[in-house]
Amino acid sequence: MLEIKNLSKKYEGGPLALDDVSFNIPQGEFLAVIGLSGSGKSTLLRCINRLIEPTAGDIIWNDINVTKASDDELLTIRRKIGMVFQHFNLVNRSSVLTNVLSGRLGYVNPAMSFFNKFPQSDIDNAHKELERVGIAEKAHQRADELSGGQQQRVGIARAMMQNPAIILADEPVASLDPVLAHSIMQHLEKINKEQGVTILCSLHFLDLVHKYADRAIALNDGKLMFDGPPAEIDDEKFREIYGKEAERVG
Amino acid sequence: MNNNKKSLKKSISVGLAVALGLIIFAYAFQVTDVDFGTTRDEIRQTSLTRVLRALAHPDLVEYETNELNVEIPFYLPCPDGETPAMPEAATDAPYLTASAICGEADELIIIEGFNMPAYSQGPLNFITISSVKKQLDNFQADADGYFINEIEVPNRQPVAEAQAIRATVRTNVGSPMWSDNAIATWEKIIETIFIALLATTIGTLIAIPTSFIAARNLMVENTSPLTSVAFSIIGWLIGMWFGSQITKWLMRLFDPVYENLLFTFIGAALSFGLLYALLRGSISAKAVESTNSGKEIFTTLGIAISGISFLILFGASFRAIGAAMIEPLGIFGFLANFVFQLGEIIVMLTPAIIAIFIGAFVGSMLSKIGQRISDNMPAAQVKLINIILALLAGAAIFALFGAGVEWFYQIGNPVRTLYIPAAVGAGLGLILAITTTAKNPLPTGLIIYTITRTFLNGTRSVEPLVMAIIAVIWVGIGPFAGSLALALHTVAALAKLYSEQVESISAGPIEAVQATGANQLQTIVYAVVPQIIPPYISFTMYRWDINVRMSTIIGFVGGGGIGFLLSQNINLLDYRAASAQMLAIAVVVASMDYISSVIREKFV
Repeated sequence: MLEIKNLSKKYEGGPLALDDVSFNIPQGEFLAVIGLSGSGKSTLLRCINRLIEPTAGDIIWNDINVTKASDDELLTIRRKIGMVFQHFNLVNRSSVLTNVLSGRLGYVNPAMSFFNKFPQSDIDNAHKELERVGIAEKAHQRADELSGGQQQRVGIARAMMQNPAIILADEPVASLDPVLAHSIMQHLEKINKEQGVTILCSLHFLDLVHKYADRAIALNDGKLMFDGPPAEIDDEKFREIYGKEAERVG
Repeated sequence: MNNNKKSLKKSISVGLAVALGLIIFAYAFQVTDVDFGTTRDEIRQTSLTRVLRALAHPDLVEYETNELNVEIPFYLPCPDGETPAMPEAATDAPYLTASAICGEADELIIIEGFNMPAYSQGPLNFITISSVKKQLDNFQADADGYFINEIEVPNRQPVAEAQAIRATVRTNVGSPMWSDNAIATWEKIIETIFIALLATTIGTLIAIPTSFIAARNLMVENTSPLTSVAFSIIGWLIGMWFGSQITKWLMRLFDPVYENLLFTFIGAALSFGLLYALLRGSISAKAVESTNSGKEIFTTLGIAISGISFLILFGASFRAIGAAMIEPLGIFGFLANFVFQLGEIIVMLTPAIIAIFIGAFVGSMLSKIGQRISDNMPAAQVKLINIILALLAGAAIFALFGAGVEWFYQIGNPVRTLYIPAAVGAGLGLILAITTTAKNPLPTGLIIYTITRTFLNGTRSVEPLVMAIIAVIWVGIGPFAGSLALALHTVAALAKLYSEQVESISAGPIEAVQATGANQLQTIVYAVVPQIIPPYISFTMYRWDINVRMSTIIGFVGGGGIGFLLSQNINLLDYRAASAQMLAIAVVVASMDYISSVIREKFV
């Protein structure tokens, strides 16, 4: 159970990016976060693992207060929260395997990881994760030699190496074509259904939301506008979330 | 009308600007002593020609020579009675004739030479009976081997026997050989390249970690509340003192071990094994949620002691192996010396490394305690603790600063170098603690960044030539001094260039690696380092290129390398020799330029 309570974030010299947002996510839910660009979706996701420090409010995860955690505690919290990014955020010059293994950094001995030494079990797991996303044969290629869809699969494999309870997916399919987008979303769905991993996924296309999400929340200007099943988003709700001039596509 | 006025104004201001420009240049001419009259001076032009011609004949090769001596006897003074007869000469061999074969000092005589080698030249000498030479003139034979010179009879001791006037022709025989100067140039240019190599390597090794501290994007996120900062400062100071004491104690403890090479090896191997096992063992410490704190402290202590022992014994065994192998290795003794010197470096740096490590460890422990206090206690109490700690930390820092001043200026008055600075520091700490809100984070990362940048800029602005002068005083004239000076400058220059590369890397991978729960060091190794490898290689090559050029002139102040030879030859007015060295520098710099561009292209 992840509880977000009255979360606010104000960037220095900027407007409120998040304005008193509260909602709960039960373990194992697939939650879609929708809203216009700049509505605070990325900020919300990054506040949950504190890549961005929230200004006010609490994030309670299984009775641990994430916002109050010390630096050391934060590292052990983060390692249970996987993250997938719009631009994949792989280290381009490193091999695919190294990128996947970097998901274990929160677990392994820091002194050994300094010399790029990982336990054999982690290396075996990394190959298994790559196999699961269907790019086992790419393990020793450089990450930037892969296509966009393949890179995002590496991103998912990296997140899965963390053995996560939650995956935060920040517009994971926004830079991919529709066919690839579905394939990536299916991977996330499988992780959600088979392993019971909670997924928070910000999305642009409503058809993806309808197809994959159990529930959706919508942000506009940092405010929570909607919280309910995706089927409830009718034309009126849609205009409320996206503004009066908006027209539905896809 | 208005338009007219405007254009008038404009032309006046342009005119004034032009006039001002002329005045500035006129003054510049005066200040720089511009005098084109001297360039037409005939004596100066002759000297210039001579130097330029010398420079165009670099002293690189020499030959074995054959000497052809052609003599005519000469009496000084003319013997009493009959005048000696002109010697008969074979008409096909080289011979000399003289207008007179006897005479007084200062008398003018005409010497003619016949059948000399065509176009040959050489000195005309007066040879006394004890074979002492006195050069009278130079001759230059024409196509038929004929020359004519007018000479003055030298002022030599009069003797009755015949002395001689001799024309000498030296001809090169055999193949050309490298001259002594060429060999010296070769040795010194090799030395120069290695000075540059060493300086670049040492400089790069230090510049890489420094560049991370001097990179804004890595440092800006580091903030911590005053409690934690003050605790950390006190922890650092205590830790460094403690570390240096432990090292001293351990080094004394190991003294008997040093005596025995075998014990040193075994000790080094044992401590390395222990260190490795403890580091491996601490894997579980992070993986298991509830850690036994007693065991953790024990492990940490074990790592510290085995690490220190390993460093000390490692250095000692390097030294011992090196020293023992120099003799038996003979011509490869330099390899043993290298090992020995590495051991020296390790032994020399051990106390500093250990002091820094323990300082960092105690500092970060106390800083964590400070963070916990700041997080969990009520603001008023935190404020009180802040005031006490900031007082102490400020006093300690300024007392250290005072000690530095005392060392430089030898004031010898503890009131001025210890008590007053401590009081000022305490006061500043107090002000800081009172004015900051108790739990607000301070931008510690930015402060360290600014200090590092300032230090780098200061160091970079001191020319390597000046650094070399100081290094020469420290380690004596020679290439080692040059390497040290260049290495220091390299650190300052490269750390700045590197840190700018770190600042321009893409933030995405950093974010991704941080999200996995990696700590800061892991983030640097996995997200930053892979991104900066190509520019780092490129800048390092560029710096090596610069260092080669720098090391050619660093010899001017005694820093070794080819500059030493070059400045010597210029001072001796031996321009042909100097020309050889300039040529060598040009060849090396040009080829370095080519090689580095090839390597850069490969990597970037």
